Amino acid sequence: MTTVTGKAWVFGDEVNTDLMAPGIYMKAPNEEMMKHCLESVDPTFAKEVKAGDIVVAGHNWGVGSAREQAALNFAMHKVGAILADSFARIFYRNALNFGVPCLFFPHYKEIKAGDQIRVDAVGGTVENLTSGKAYKVEPIPAHLMEMITDGGLMPHLKKKLGKSAA
Amino acid sequence: MSRTALGRTLVEKIIARASGKDSVRPGEIVTCQVDLAMILDSGGPRKVWPRMKELGVGVWDRDKIIVCSDHFVPAVDTETANILKIARDFVKEFNITHFYDMVGIGHIVLAEHGHLAPGMFACGGDSHSPMGGAYGCYMAGFGGIEMTGVVITGEIWTRVPETIRVDWSGKFAQGVVAKDISLTLCRELGMDNAFKAVEFGGETVRAMSMGERGVLCNMAAELGAETGMIEPDETTLAAMRKAGREPDADALTWRSDDNAAYAAKHTFDANTLSPQVAAPHKPSNSGPAGDYKNVKVDQAYIGACVGAKLEDLHMVAAVLKGRKVAPTTRLLVAPATKKIYAAAAADGTLSTIVDAGAIMLASGCGACAAMGAGILSDGEVCIASTNRNFKGRMGSSTAEVYLGSPYTVAAAAVAGHIADPREFLN
Ligand code: SF4
Repeated sequence: MTTVTGKAWVFGDEVNTDLMAPGIYMKAPNEEMMKHCLESVDPTFAKEVKAGDIVVAGHNWGVGSAREQAALNFAMHKVGAILADSFARIFYRNALNFGVPCLFFPHYKEIKAGDQIRVDAVGGTVENLTSGKAYKVEPIPAHLMEMITDGGLMPHLKKKLGKSAA
Repeated sequence: MSRTALGRTLVEKIIARASGKDSVRPGEIVTCQVDLAMILDSGGPRKVWPRMKELGVGVWDRDKIIVCSDHFVPAVDTETANILKIARDFVKEFNITHFYDMVGIGHIVLAEHGHLAPGMFACGGDSHSPMGGAYGCYMAGFGGIEMTGVVITGEIWTRVPETIRVDWSGKFAQGVVAKDISLTLCRELGMDNAFKAVEFGGETVRAMSMGERGVLCNMAAELGAETGMIEPDETTLAAMRKAGREPDADALTWRSDDNAAYAAKHTFDANTLSPQVAAPHKPSNSGPAGDYKNVKVDQAYIGACVGAKLEDLHMVAAVLKGRKVAPTTRLLVAPATKKIYAAAAADGTLSTIVDAGAIMLASGCGACAAMGAGILSDGEVCIASTNRNFKGRMGSSTAEVYLGSPYTVAAAAVAGHIADPREFLN
């Protein structure tokens, strides 16, 4: 995982986990749950989001539940990165464990829905190809980088356990 | 081992011990050895086990992993029945020592069975795991993917949080309880305190029962905090003994140093606090209950880890005694655990509640997160003793959920609209 480029999907402040993964679908398999991600906020999102697209949001993105489906939905839709003013702690951790880079991005208001965005989570840069603006962001903490570049906790554990077994 | 370094907060001391260091400072990233890991039916075996199979590994310690089935309890269809069966099969496969199958909500069950102790480093597969911090331990919530790592390795990384100290002084007026503090704090401190610990203290907190302390720590989750904690005292030790666990000799040494470095300190006065209500759609949207008198209520719900303990049922009964639930409103009551259910039956609380016209539900998460009985229809209005009122939380995304203490919810059930519960006491 190095650099991703995709279309921006823009959301507001305090978008919570009940909106990302509604309780009434919590018993459903992941393939069904992912179709309902954010449906009461933007019904087009789960239908039209493409691999590599970038989610941009305001503060406290992912506030609420520990339910992993809230973060997993973005991994299953192959979202390239999430840029937000701030993240709720459990969402942030879950998303990184699923290999979805989350970057603190105070300039979120400068990104419009549909802008083409390039994100380098390792190098710590965000470029808005539509507006031509570039931003420096804090890269993912070094101790997590190995797990993220492996693609998340599962591939990372596989590598680690494989090594120690050898 | 617990040699206190000067100027450290409780959470820093626990993380230092769990990571094998002499001391740690906020911001440091360390790997901790986990003393206890609680996983639940919803995000536990069902999510963890397939990944363990994929990796071909077993559990790290069958004594330290506690499994509780509480979210999809009791099953309402084959999907939820299968989720509960996976939990049972997991427990059998790995010979898990502590399994609480449909006996109540995990956060309460842990305390009831003496699993919590000061100084522990504990992880829970649920966002309200900070509730355990009422016992002076570190307990934080994690998603199923991270609990997979914990169940396999017994380790987790954490970034040492800064601590916010919150002190309450004074005495509650009648009808005012810990929940009113929590709803006030959501408004005053905001819900965006990620990667921080909140430590509660002061004479108001010291005077609280363990159940009421649990409310404060539980709703540290609503503050967005890593965990909520209360330094242990004689009340803590008495509760442990009652649950059948003899505290360690050094239990009371697990506290912050007098000169500990806090990120912020806040003090509040309980004397002037009134019953609070959080309006849709977030817990921080709170104000005095009396301000919402024109809100008619279709459903009043007493339930959840935060709002259906024995003392909560006593509050409900105090309001309902000699009164009836309004004909336009339904009151649903789901005692948090079977033990609480039995105690409320034995002391007459249940008959008061049932005589008033309440509908009794099973012990479990139920309607709190729209996973069990009591889900709301389109456009309905509910007041609940739960901890969250996000859009869609209890069912339809057009339903409106208000939050209040058990007193306030019971008062609304009787009045048919939101009311200040003090009008219904004595
Ligand atoms: S009762 Fe509600 S808040 Fe508590 S653990 Fe269950 S779903 Fe979560």
